[in-house]
Amino acid sequence: MASTSSDPVVVVLQLTGANDYLNTVIPYTNSLYRDNRPNVGVPEDKVLPINDTLAFHPNMGPVKKLYDEGKVAIIHGIGYANSPRSHFRSMDIWHTCEPDRVGTEGWAGRVIRDLDPTGENVLKGVNFGQGLPRAMVVRGVPVTSVSDLASYGVLTGVPAISGEQEKTRVLERFARMYAPAIGTGPVMDYLGQTGQDVLKGVDILKTAPQQYTSTVQYADTPVAKNLRNIAQVYLGNLGTQLFYTAHGSFDTHFNQVPMHNKLWIDVSTALENFFDDLREHNAGDNLIMVLFTEFGRRVHDNGTGTDHGAGGVAFVIGNRVKGGMYSEYPSLRPADLQQGDLAPNYDFRGFYATVVEQWLGLDPVPIVGGNFEQLDFVS
Amino acid sequence: MPDHDIALMAHLLRRAGFGASRAELEARVAQGYEATVEELLHPERQPELDEDILYRYFPNLEGPLAPVQAQTNWVYRMINTPRPLEEKMALFWHQLFATGNSKIDNPPELLQQIAMFRRRGLGSFRDLLVELAKNPAMLFWLDNNGNHRGAINENWGRELLELFSMGVGNYSEDDIKEASRAFTGWTIGPKLPRLPLGRFYWSFAYKPEDHDDGEKTFLGHTGRLNGEDIIDIVVQQPATARFLARHLYNFFVADEPQVPSWNITPPGNPEAIRTLEQAYTASHYDIRAVLRVLFLSDFFKQARFARVKSPAELVIGTVRLAGSFAAPRLGFQDLAWECNYQGQELLNPPSVESWHTGPEWIDGGALVRRVNFTAKFLGDTSLPGIRAIIDRLRERGTQSPAAFVNGCLDLLGPLEVSEQTRRELLAQAEEDGDLRWGTEQECSASAQRVSVMLALIGASREYQFA
Repeated sequence: MASTSSDPVVVVLQLTGANDYLNTVIPYTNSLYRDNRPNVGVPEDKVLPINDTLAFHPNMGPVKKLYDEGKVAIIHGIGYANSPRSHFRSMDIWHTCEPDRVGTEGWAGRVIRDLDPTGENVLKGVNFGQGLPRAMVVRGVPVTSVSDLASYGVLTGVPAISGEQEKTRVLERFARMYAPAIGTGPVMDYLGQTGQDVLKGVDILKTAPQQYTSTVQYADTPVAKNLRNIAQVYLGNLGTQLFYTAHGSFDTHFNQVPMHNKLWIDVSTALENFFDDLREHNAGDNLIMVLFTEFGRRVHDNGTGTDHGAGGVAFVIGNRVKGGMYSEYPSLRPADLQQGDLAPNYDFRGFYATVVEQWLGLDPVPIVGGNFEQLDFVS
Repeated sequence: MPDHDIALMAHLLRRAGFGASRAELEARVAQGYEATVEELLHPERQPELDEDILYRYFPNLEGPLAPVQAQTNWVYRMINTPRPLEEKMALFWHQLFATGNSKIDNPPELLQQIAMFRRRGLGSFRDLLVELAKNPAMLFWLDNNGNHRGAINENWGRELLELFSMGVGNYSEDDIKEASRAFTGWTIGPKLPRLPLGRFYWSFAYKPEDHDDGEKTFLGHTGRLNGEDIIDIVVQQPATARFLARHLYNFFVADEPQVPSWNITPPGNPEAIRTLEQAYTASHYDIRAVLRVLFLSDFFKQARFARVKSPAELVIGTVRLAGSFAAPRLGFQDLAWECNYQGQELLNPPSVESWHTGPEWIDGGALVRRVNFTAKFLGDTSLPGIRAIIDRLRERGTQSPAAFVNGCLDLLGPLEVSEQTRRELLAQAEEDGDLRWGTEQECSASAQRVSVMLALIGASREYQFA
């Protein structure tokens, strides 16, 4: 598939560690919220109201601004039945869309395969961070993982190889060592091809920061750095349609208030930087960003923090998102809780399916493993 | 010392362990190949790893709550064990009986399982399977704690036959049901709360009241079979002998096709598999006896560089070569992360079907990490293992570019490379002429050249193979 600048693009920002739903989109007028959050509740005079009942966390000003512009969809009560309340298991379920057995293929990897069945563009899916998330792993689907765009490359960070001339020389030798040769066998051929693909990806990726200029000063945080790298590659128009990155840890069992404050100032600021950057470049109409976390946290606080819960919240942000709220905020009444947690009322696979079908134009059934209720947030 | 002996010993220690320094290889060659095999097969004759030192420096690695700490605990052991084959077998069994933290969510229980593999890994396969069936992490992983009299859960029964012993196509769905019935009542004992006394490990419990004691027919055997009876029947099966032989061959000798295709794809070397099957049966399922046959066989000795290194083998082998993690220090955790980033999250395989091995270890992302990781260590003249290589080259005096390349390849393996690779390495060496060690200045320039050469060799395709 030839890529043009109008091909739809998805950026996934994973909030690792289980973001606290109740303190992100806060039911600030609900007395049950006050009763359950004696220690980590956000005071009513600090919240950023969305309407008479719900408000954003105080540090989510930039998200609120985007919401007011109609560019943010809030997906309430997202999750799946029988939450295991284990980070690892739950993240795995979100990555593989397999709640009942341990799955091996990631949904995003399947998306990349369907977008580029012949693996023509090694940059069709790019992860920014250390190591690939399971969501992007499907055997035979080439994806690229970059920890830092500026230093990404082969034979970087080797103390012995210093100076531009030496680096170039050694890299040329590497390329020739991996060049196709006759009669070396299928495994050597495969390694050679992989090495060539990597070099191709490196060479193309290298052009992105060179072409990029911007007046936006991103914050000095890991999440802002990753989003800046994503902006550079996106604006470089390299045909990437799926970006993935993660930020955390949102696992606020203890000392939640300052931790959660810092997490959301970092994420919100990075989002503001990113969307300002796209606006400055008059770009972004073909891009949506998806924010998710593996589950929400326990309704009642445990002292200074909150334990693992069930139902959570997801967000979609972009110019072509129909802003507003989707699904419903789960009830906080004691009788409606599941083991003290918000009961999920919307299946996360329907959320993915919406993005996959309505935004990317792919058949969602094989990607998310069935038919699930979709939402209407894509315009 | 004949080069051939060194090359063969290096091969043995890459496979039966995680590689060795040149000094160790020379000592072992002097001792002899067969004597070395025998020593490796009897880890109990070597001291255990000094856990006191490990936990004195890293108290957080004992009963660790974070997965990466558990991985670090194991990585430390793989690097520093005085019993290489015991540790390599623990990795073999982990890859075969793949149990993952994604579901267990309890790293100390996984380390207990690995410790069990150390204890049982070279003994009777029958005893190992019995202990595996009672291992709490496995009981939970495959839901045998939910396998009840009158309401069976087939997960363990099925995987025992499909993935752990016989392979698909050698039993019926009824056999799975009957096996599952036989394992009812095998469960996890009551879990004790962590507070106030600290954590307690899970335990195995047999609940006779939950055990289905009725008559069962399994693979043609009828009786009031219990779990141990099932395992007794399983280990006698020719399919089990063959399945285990292929796994051992794939792990220790040469890459085989991926496991799911085994019932339709014949082995690469059927003769070798037959030899291992016979050793298994003749020894009454003794793993040590099978491995003895394997390591002494010609098919093993001839299989140099016939396997792609797993991430754990690449990471551990490289730092052992560089000699930089021989004692407690900071940075072990980075090595655990590195295995994860390269695609092998120890203690968290992608599923019970485990990792795909061989060339499937490597994709674009993994290759970049493998190359950069290796080159970083091999290209660092401050590391003792690299210094030792430089010192050995220096003792050889002035060397022509060809001798320089050969010397580096020799001391990194000896490694065998293609003409294509050798041509590039030679071109690199020729850039600056002969390698000289006359003056102080020449020595430092030559050390620098050696480290670039080692980094380049570490980046080669050939280095990806064990």
